Amino acid sequence: MLLITCPWCGPRDEIEFSCGGEAHITRPSEPEALTDEAWADYLFNRTNPKGPHAERWVHTHGCRRWFNVLRNTATNEILAVYEMGKPRPDGEGS
Amino acid sequence: MAEPYQRQSALAHLGLAARAAADREKSDAGVQLGERAFPGQLNLRGDPGNEEFMDAASGTVDCVLPTVPNTSAGEDDLEEGPRVLWLAPVEWLIVTAAGAEEALAGELVAAAAGCGGSVTDVSDARTVIVLQGPNARDVLMKGCPLDLHPDVFRPGHCAQSLLARAAVILYRRADEADGSASFEIHVTRSFADYLWVWLEDAAGEYGVQVIEV
Repeated sequence: MLLITCPWCGPRDEIEFSCGGEAHITRPSEPEALTDEAWADYLFNRTNPKGPHAERWVHTHGCRRWFNVLRNTATNEILAVYEMGKPRPDGEGS
Repeated sequence: MAEPYQRQSALAHLGLAARAAADREKSDAGVQLGERAFPGQLNLRGDPGNEEFMDAASGTVDCVLPTVPNTSAGEDDLEEGPRVLWLAPVEWLIVTAAGAEEALAGELVAAAAGCGGSVTDVSDARTVIVLQGPNARDVLMKGCPLDLHPDVFRPGHCAQSLLARAAVILYRRADEADGSASFEIHVTRSFADYLWVWLEDAAGEYGVQVIEV
């Protein structure tokens, strides 16, 4: 069970949240110019690292705001919580 | 709002008034439970950074809209005036005495709509279960992941969370005269029966007294 610190409500139990998958995936500005492979890569392929991973979470049963979480997928340690639109705090590729 | 003669509270089928009458002499119960039927509830949205909106809304509800998460403002006793619960950075729940919500909604719309505010009457969405007594906190702790330590979740604090997997808005009122805690649980109508049954089961070991609220 994770204790996630919502940027607004403070530390809350994992069951109040929903995970929205990997963060920092930008929709291509000209989808029609992409090859099928590049479009499929945008739609389906994710990094799935063992280690720090930037994810989107939403406080479903609280304030219903979205935010980003940097979580170590091997240890479940939450390294950072930051607002939507902010860059990854550890400077890794986005 | 439904026509008054057709309106039934979410827990009307449980016959709580008769149970409260039968429990009136009970004095050894660790937990008291009751339904506050037809609570007036207005959902208010607006930008807390917009001074015009904050001034207009705060003036209408006679208190400054709370901007600190998980806190409330206004009256603990709803007969004295409305109470405002913080729900999200741009969202509040205004709780009023039964029947007072329509007039207040009209005033709020007139005051706040011109500066980006939005008001929705959500009174029929949820009912309120009152939970109090020396063991009230123990009952909540069985099904709620919040930190309910008396120094953390203090009188006047509120939070949206889960109670026995049902989405609730929890508000802690001023303590009772004997120093025991008192909570109001806003729960959606469709979960009210489930939550009441769960609460009564969870509180069984402490002794339950049904009260009129």
